[in-house]
Parts: sequence; structure tokens; C-alpha cells
Amino acid sequence: MTGEKILTRNFGRADSHTLSAYLETGGYTAWQKAQAMEPAAITEEVKQSNLRGLGGAGFPTGTKWAFIPKNHTGPVYLVINADEGEPGTFKDRYLLEREPHALIEGMLVAARAVRSATGFVYVRGEYVEPWRRFSAAVREAYDAGYLGHGFDVVVHRGAGAYICGEETGLISSLEGKKGWPKVKPPFPAIKGAFGMPTIVNNVETICHVPHIVNRGAAWFASLGTKTQGGTRIFSVSGRVRKPGIYEASVAITLRALIDDLAGGVAGNGRLKAVVPGGSSAAILRFDEIDVTMDVDGLRNAGTMAGSAGVIVMDETVSIPEALMVVARFYAHESCGQCTPCRESTGWIYQMTKRIVEGRGRKDDLDTILDVARRGAGTTICAFYDGAVGPYISYIEKFRAEFEALIPK
Amino acid sequence: MPKLRINGTEVEVPPGTNLIEAARKVGVEIPHYCYHPGLSVAGQCRLCMVDIEKTPRPTIACNTQAVEGMVVWTETDRVKETRRSVMEFHLINHPLDCPVCDQAGECWLQIYYMQHGLYEPRMMDEKVHKPKAVPLGPHVILDAERCILCSRCVRFCDEITGTGELGIFHRGDHSEIGLFPGRELANTYSGNVVDICPVGALTDRDFRFQVRVWYLDAAKSICPGCARGCNIDVHVNRARRHHAEGRRVARLKPRVNADVNRWWICDAGRYGFTFVDDKTRLVMPSRRDGQAVTDVAWDDAVAAVAGALERAAPGEVAVVASAKMANEDLWALRRLLVHRGIQRVGFRVPPRVPGDDDTFLIKADKNPNSLGAELVGLEGDVRELLTAARARQVKVLWIFGHDLFESAWPEAEILGALRGAETVIFTGTNANATSERARWVLPAAAWVEREGTYTNFQGRVQRFRQAVEPLGQALAEWDILGRVLQALGAEAPPPRAERWLRELADAVPAFAGLTYQAIGDAGAMVAR
Repeated sequence: MTGEKILTRNFGRADSHTLSAYLETGGYTAWQKAQAMEPAAITEEVKQSNLRGLGGAGFPTGTKWAFIPKNHTGPVYLVINADEGEPGTFKDRYLLEREPHALIEGMLVAARAVRSATGFVYVRGEYVEPWRRFSAAVREAYDAGYLGHGFDVVVHRGAGAYICGEETGLISSLEGKKGWPKVKPPFPAIKGAFGMPTIVNNVETICHVPHIVNRGAAWFASLGTKTQGGTRIFSVSGRVRKPGIYEASVAITLRALIDDLAGGVAGNGRLKAVVPGGSSAAILRFDEIDVTMDVDGLRNAGTMAGSAGVIVMDETVSIPEALMVVARFYAHESCGQCTPCRESTGWIYQMTKRIVEGRGRKDDLDTILDVARRGAGTTICAFYDGAVGPYISYIEKFRAEFEALIPK
Repeated sequence: MPKLRINGTEVEVPPGTNLIEAARKVGVEIPHYCYHPGLSVAGQCRLCMVDIEKTPRPTIACNTQAVEGMVVWTETDRVKETRRSVMEFHLINHPLDCPVCDQAGECWLQIYYMQHGLYEPRMMDEKVHKPKAVPLGPHVILDAERCILCSRCVRFCDEITGTGELGIFHRGDHSEIGLFPGRELANTYSGNVVDICPVGALTDRDFRFQVRVWYLDAAKSICPGCARGCNIDVHVNRARRHHAEGRRVARLKPRVNADVNRWWICDAGRYGFTFVDDKTRLVMPSRRDGQAVTDVAWDDAVAAVAGALERAAPGEVAVVASAKMANEDLWALRRLLVHRGIQRVGFRVPPRVPGDDDTFLIKADKNPNSLGAELVGLEGDVRELLTAARARQVKVLWIFGHDLFESAWPEAEILGALRGAETVIFTGTNANATSERARWVLPAAAWVEREGTYTNFQGRVQRFRQAVEPLGQALAEWDILGRVLQALGAEAPPPRAERWLRELADAVPAFAGLTYQAIGDAGAMVAR
């Protein structure tokens, strides 16, 4: 079930981040090919490949590119979201460190498709080494003449806020403002960075693009499911014997990912729960893991593929404590712009903390569920909906464990 | 123009109109905090949710533009439920200190809780604590705990004044409004942030703790601070005078006029009313003999002034009118001048320090009615007139309002003129160095104590209304002048300000057709 490695094929080489190593393994041939293609043909190829955004939302990439207004005459910006902040997710970090030229080549191709002359790569502030490696690769690409002839890349470092991974929060931050998500409409493809049409794509998504151009949409689509093509990199953490990143088809099951690739459950060896797509995804019980890891497979299972950050919990893990930690994260990272999110993330954290400390009240669980449901879908961005995923699923699926902590 | 239905009523609105404004047109109020028609859309408070048919969930009205065929419902069960939820979120960290909060009575948290909240509080945990009673500048003080982070004040300083003093700092429920390091909220329009703050977070350092707002009465008025004539409401405290040490005018608030000042007024205008209740107010007609000042009855003062005018030849009378006088006053004066054949008149006295101005509202001409004085026909060279007085060619010198010693002209010239005239008459609201050299002082009612109109620099005639009774025996200038006219044997002068304007409108083509009714609340342009 492991299949062919595509994104991570060179990760075994110590020099995989260098231009020479990238060229040895067929680097920049897709860019050569793409230069002979019409922009619309590139977009169509990506549409046909069923590539979906791998940052979290899973939106079809080719469709997104086609949103750029055809009659626009000013600049169009291509922004790469390298602000990987979703707890449990660490795949883009490896791509920036070990395959930076794939991102640059993918950006060249994508920029041609959307007619952009400037790309921004927004790198998470804490990612120092990935930033160094990627910046060095950008310099190499300039020296070799791939960049600087009709397309420039600007590397921008974030300052450590989760919300700057939300595409319009990222754009605000890139513009030099506080990283507050923007009200939509207008959507970024119409009016994004600096008021211009902007495409925001995740690192991993764009790293796939050269391979799609080289090997064709049909090949890429055949790697996955009917509605999502390709492989993706799963970040597996928590109570597994071999935590780390694993590239596999999006059609792999969660059970195979944990047992076959990550070496099985650690701790006491018995699985209690799994968060399949980063902390914002709803939790799955031990008996709910026979699901495929593609966007629609996990959506049908009541959770989401998100950023493919798989967090495994064995029976010794306290779910109320886990929820408290997650709630603390969302209370800390809420940007504070929209009232429901700003006020209720802190409130819910206080309630979970009291429960864990044995000071829970009889009504707390129902209050959390009610507050979460009332706030869901009422905010500018998806941050709060991401927080609601764990709030509701942890309590609904493990209610008895919470109740046991609340004094009678 | 798109046509849409709101709660079943069809309405047609200009393209780009959002649903809050469209709903207003059919009398539907969509509750909101962060939206303000004069500022950009922030979409943060999440209160203005409405249901739009064919949309899966409630949508914010502020950021939704009306489109053809849209069907909007503002009172569905889920909209009401969403509002109730958002109100709960707004209030969980609010200190609920209404009894000691100056905003109580005009606070949109209170109003919307009563209209849309009414839930049982569930928040049992410690609230987030934030800075309290932080002066942001000379006029504004912040209570960060009461703040609902609507960002109106931040957007005002970014978008209207362009000064950018304020920001929202920190994140999540620790977010708070504050000043950027080294900054002070001291721009010339800072008081407006208090008006647009929907809660008690930003209060007015001058007004707060004076009087509860429910004791205030309001009168529509015009700011007399410069030639713009910003539309204002005068808030007066008649009910609880002892709460503010006898101060009657509690505060001035901007009144929306799209053509003049939109939603705003400057700080100079907002806080420029203190002369009304000042100790220097002139409250009785009086006569000065050397050092001795004697209060006299109006009839005696009027008779004395009329007698002085009658004794002097028309060429021996000079009048320094003022562009702070209303159109009605200026017309009464014009009638007096014509009646006596007086030629020496003028109203422009350059101030020692030229007035400040900007490209927004503030005009360098600090008089509200220069254009009115010009159109009424009172243009003339004041300095020349004073020179004549200094040369003892003027027997009666009547000065309205001005303190000539604050003019740009040398003090010796002013002294010479005041000494050169046989009889100096001063009419004004407050004593000054000029009034102290006048033989007759006739006390004038301040603009908030009477009716009248000003003509602003655009040619817009705007009406101000009486908010309080005149102090002591002060009278509107038109009334004083009318009495003098009557004493001089002129035909019966109009008994009310409104009638003076009618006379003016009949006599001066620029004002043709203008009546108080035609002027209304928004003003009307002179014919030019």
C-alpha cells in the first residue's frame, strides 16, 4: 500500500535540497515543458489531475486557479502558504528543507498558469532551518536563471501566529498588517494581496504540480480516489511506534497508515482515538479507523482530511485533558476579530480546565456543546469551525470520561 | 437599481447598497455594532446576521450588497437565535458595571440585550481583566473591559483623520484597544470616537460623570465655531442642574448632514461652548460712568441708545457688525442702518492669530455667518471706520461681539478709536476688553438660547434652535435691534426670529423663498 514516492523520492539523499541533486532527478524538466503550454492548458491539466489543496480545506487546485478574472490587466500574485501551524502537521517543513526546488519549479508552472510575475512564500516564523534551506534554493534558482526572467520569488517570514495560515490572514500579514482574516467577498482570487487577484496555495500542493505536468493528469488521478488524485504526506504523531512523515496514496486507510506505516500503536498498545487531519479535525474512536484518508472519505466519516496531521492516542491518554490542551491552543490563537470566536474560545478553555481540575459543573458539558454549535459558522474565517470540531467530537464521543471527572 | 424584498416589502436601492442601509429604507433596523456608514466594513461583531433565501446559513448584512431579486428576512427564528448567541458572546467578558458607567442609557449593549438578548447568563468563570480608566488623550478615556472590539475608533483614526493613533493589541479574548507606543489620541477630531463607540469603552473626559444621559434634553443646532456650520445637537441639562454645578450645556454631538459634516465635528467645535455658562456672561443691560457700572432696565438702555443715534448725524455713526450674528440679526441691523441712513459699517475683523484649517471640515474663518453678513450687505472696511473714530469723526460706535483688542490691528489704534467716539455701545454675550470700555452694554443671548440661521461658506442657510432660556435679561440681537428700531419710530419690527428671516427673504434675492420650514433640518442653499 505504500506505493511510489513522489514528493519524498529524494528525501534519502543528504543533498536533496541542492539544485544539482534536483536536476539529477529530472528537476526543472516540467518547467521546460510548461513553457510550451498555454496557461489555460496547464490549469486544465491540473483540474483533470484531481489535485486538491493539501493545506487543509481540500479545494480543487485547478478550479481555484481558474477563478482569476480573465480580463484583469494588473499584477496577479501567487502566494505560497508555508505557515504550517496546524498542530500535528509537519510535512511542509520537510519539503522546504529537503525538496525546495520542487516548490520553486511548481511555482514557476503555477505562475504561468495564472499569469503571475511575482510569488510570495510566507514561511512560518518558527521555521528557521526550512527558511534558510528554501532561501538558499531561491538564490540558486536565480543564479541558474530559472527565476528573475518574468517571475520573481519573495520569501517572507511570519511572526508566529496560527491565524496567519488562514489564507486571508496570511494576506493581511503579508501586506504588513495585523494577521486578521478578511471579510469575504471579495475573495482573494478577485481582490487579494495588495488589492490584486491572488492565488494562495499550500507548499505540498504546489510541489505536486511539476509531476503532474511531467507525467500527466491521468497518471496523477490514478494514484488516488475518484475525487482526489495523487499521494500526500501524512504527519503521524502521538502514541505510535514510528512517528514521522509518510507519503502514501490519499486512498490509504487510517488503519493501514497507523499499523503498516507508523509501526502500530505505542503506549499500552491499544488504540483509543485518532485525530486524522490536524487538531481542527473531529476525533475518531478506535473503531472508526477503517476509512480512506482522502478528502471525501474523511468527510463522509464526519471528520476531515485537513492537513493530514494524524494524532494517535492510546488508551492511557485522557481525552478531557487532550481537549483542554486543544481548547487552550484555540483560545491562545484566536485572532480576536470576530466576537463568537474571541469570546467563546477562552470561555470553553476555562470550562475544560475546570473539568480536568475536578471543578466541573453539571451543566458544563452541555454548555460547551451549545456554545460551540451556536458559534459555528458565524465568523469571518474557518478558525472557529476548526475549534468546534474537537469541542463537539471529543465530548460527544467520550462523554462518560468527562462526566467521570465532574463532581456529583 | 437593484430591487429586493426585505421582510416582504419591496425596495429599490442604488447599486452597492448593503443590506443594513437597504433595510433602513423600509424601516427595518438590523442590529449591529461594528458597521458604521462613514467607515469601511469590518464584519467583526457578527450581530447583523440576516437570512437570505437560497443561502444556507445566516449572513452578515453589513458586507452583503443588495442584488436584484434578493429575498431577505431579518426576523426568522434562526436569525433571532443567532443574535441572542452573539449578544451572549459580547457580554461574557463585559464587566456589567452599568450603575457606574457613563454610557448607561445610551449603550447599545443595554439596548440590544433588552431587544435581542434576554438570555439567562451561563458564564460562571472569572472574566478577563483589562486596563481601566486609561486617558488616551485630552478628551477621551478608555475602559478596555467594556470594549466590544468593534474597531470603529481604530477605523476612524485610520480612515477619517488618517492619524492612526489606535490599534487593537494582543489576541483572542485578551485583545484590547490601545495607543501605539509614543502616541496620544490628540488629533483635531478625537472626540468623534466617543460618539461612534457603541458602548462605554470610550467616554468623554469633559462630559463624563456630569449628569445621567436620561436627564438631558436635546435641540438641533449648528456649530458656531467656523464657516462650515457643522450640524449638531445641543444636549442640555435642565432637569438636574445641581449635578453639574449649574452648567447647562452638557455637551455637543454631531448631527448627520451628508452635505456639510457627514457624521463628524471637530474638537474645537465640540468643546467650544463653554462661553455659554461662563462667569464672563453679560446678563443685564448696563451703563458705565468712569469706573462705575450700573445695571439699567432694557427700556432705559434702548431709549438711551436710540437717543444717541438720533443725536448723531448718519455719518457720525459707525457699526462693527459680526459674522457671529445670525442672518435674522444681520437683517435687523441692516434695517436700522437704512432707517438712519448710516453708511459706516463692516464686519470683518482679522484675528491676531489666523485661524487654523484643514482639508476636511475645519475652516480658517472662525465665524459661522460671514457669507450671510456679506449677502445681507454689511461689507465695509472696519479699519477705516476705526480710523474715522480715532479722528473724532464718529460720535456713536456700536460694536457687536468683537473684542477688538484680539484683532490683528495695533492696540493703540483700537484704544484711539474707543476713546475717539463719544458713545461706545457693545452688544455681545460675554464681557471682554472692548466691552469694558463701552458706555452702554447690551447683553446678547448665546446661540443656544435663541432661534436663528447661519449661512455657511457653501451658501447653505442652516437653522439653530433654542435649547435653554437666555441667562439673566440677555436678548437675541434681532430683539435688541428691533427695540431700538421701534424707539426710533420705525414700523413695528417682527416679534420672532422666523419673521425676520421672512423679511430678509422678501428683501434680499439671495434668500428668496427661504423660510424655517423650507430650511428644515438639513438646510437650504441661497440663490446665487
